[in-house]
Amino acid sequence: MPEPIIKISHLVFKRGDKAILDDVSMDIERGSIVAIMGPSGVGKTTILRLITGQLLPQQGSVEVNGRDVSQMSRRELYDCRKDIGVLLQDGALFTDLTVFENIATPLREHTRLSEAEIEERVLQKLESVGLSGSQDLMPHSLSGGMARRVALARAVILDPKIVLFDEPLTGLDPIAMSTIGHLIRETNDRLGLTSVIVTHNVAQMEKLVDRCFILGYGKLIAEGRPQDLVHSANPAVKQFMNGLVEGPLSFRNQFAAGETA
Amino acid sequence: MKFLTPIAGTGHCGIFLVRMLGSIRPERELLLSTLQQTYLIGARSLVIIMICGFFVGMVLSLQSINALQQFGASDQVSLLVGKSLFRELGPVLTALLFAGRAGTSVSAEIGLMKATSQLEAMKLMAIDPVRRIALPRFLAGMLSLPLLTAMFNAFAILGAVMFSIGVEGLDPGIFWSKLQHGVYFGKDFVGGVWKSVVFGGLVSLVAVYFGYYAKPTGEGVGTATTQTVVLSSVLVLVFDFIMTSFLI
Repeated sequence: MPEPIIKISHLVFKRGDKAILDDVSMDIERGSIVAIMGPSGVGKTTILRLITGQLLPQQGSVEVNGRDVSQMSRRELYDCRKDIGVLLQDGALFTDLTVFENIATPLREHTRLSEAEIEERVLQKLESVGLSGSQDLMPHSLSGGMARRVALARAVILDPKIVLFDEPLTGLDPIAMSTIGHLIRETNDRLGLTSVIVTHNVAQMEKLVDRCFILGYGKLIAEGRPQDLVHSANPAVKQFMNGLVEGPLSFRNQFAAGETA
Repeated sequence: MKFLTPIAGTGHCGIFLVRMLGSIRPERELLLSTLQQTYLIGARSLVIIMICGFFVGMVLSLQSINALQQFGASDQVSLLVGKSLFRELGPVLTALLFAGRAGTSVSAEIGLMKATSQLEAMKLMAIDPVRRIALPRFLAGMLSLPLLTAMFNAFAILGAVMFSIGVEGLDPGIFWSKLQHGVYFGKDFVGGVWKSVVFGGLVSLVAVYFGYYAKPTGEGVGTATTQTVVLSSVLVLVFDFIMTSFLI
């Protein structure tokens, strides 16, 4: 197996005395789309923040492109983040800038391109997410799905190697969900990215991703291809993939284990 | 240890200021965004500043003429109005108005950007929000307030002219010559400008700081704007006394 682009080994992250993540290891292969799934509050978003270095683990390590994120200086970390595009929940577009300026912001900050080159690249990205002609709109006049697409265009404008998605499908209608799903797959394959998606949307992920990691109780409870996980015999995996009320991950048991959202 | 909280807060704010100033780079982007913010928070405060200045000038001359008449010295009104304006009322009142008009909007804006994860998105793009968001607003505040104070003073003098000469029928020649000879450029005017630069820095530092560290909720943003007005107003008055005791 080739060297993974993101290597998480024996990660421990605590808030106070409570372990959010307890000895979690994952290898994420270059070029793949993986999903990190699990019920709300099991630390999915926490993993994304550990990958971007916004949070530091108490134990274990996160290596991106072979380099340990927690050992980086602030400057190195900022350099490393140029290779990582992030799509936050709801897109987090800059509300005081137009769609064009939103997408152009990373270019203006990190490159010395001329205005004409910036325009060319922004319009090209905008076209690739199917939003040609919307460059002069303000974010508040976009629908949820459109905002998410603009945010995707912004996340890949610097041609990163990795894109992280935090709940990219939440709050969208079924058509917009499929559209964004397709777009993620297409963008990933066309630009040769590695995509990491944090979500609890089982149905879409079955169609979209190459590999799933399922979290529960701060532990990794399963990993594998989504088709295989649906038929897993593991009771926790079965409960999550099929949305059952009773099972090891039910609310009652979560509280018993001292786990809250 | 409740009494330690404000001390810790001051230190924290000081570190924030150093971080902000440390991120200054001589680049076009910074100049453009500072100018844009100067327009947004400075130029848009102009109307309220001019109206208030005008009425302050009128009421000052009304009160002064009333008091001076008892000694038969009502021709000294421009001197009294000018000195009190340039030294105290101009910088202080403009700073207080500025805190209410511009300080609150800056801290609400930054707080809201935080609540909607825009600051986080910026950090994730490897852009330092202290440099891109906080710094231009801080510099714009320092630049705007002296200019606004000048406008305030100008309109206050206009108000005084309208009242003393127009209403009370004072001789314009005496009015202007007293103003010209009695109010000193260095001590009165420059002293006031100096104050307003410091007040501008104070108000915008407080606004940017509270916005940046607001809790990312609706309530948190509300609290941040309230704290901005309260604290910056208090600080303006405290620093006014401190600076006056050195300048006088």
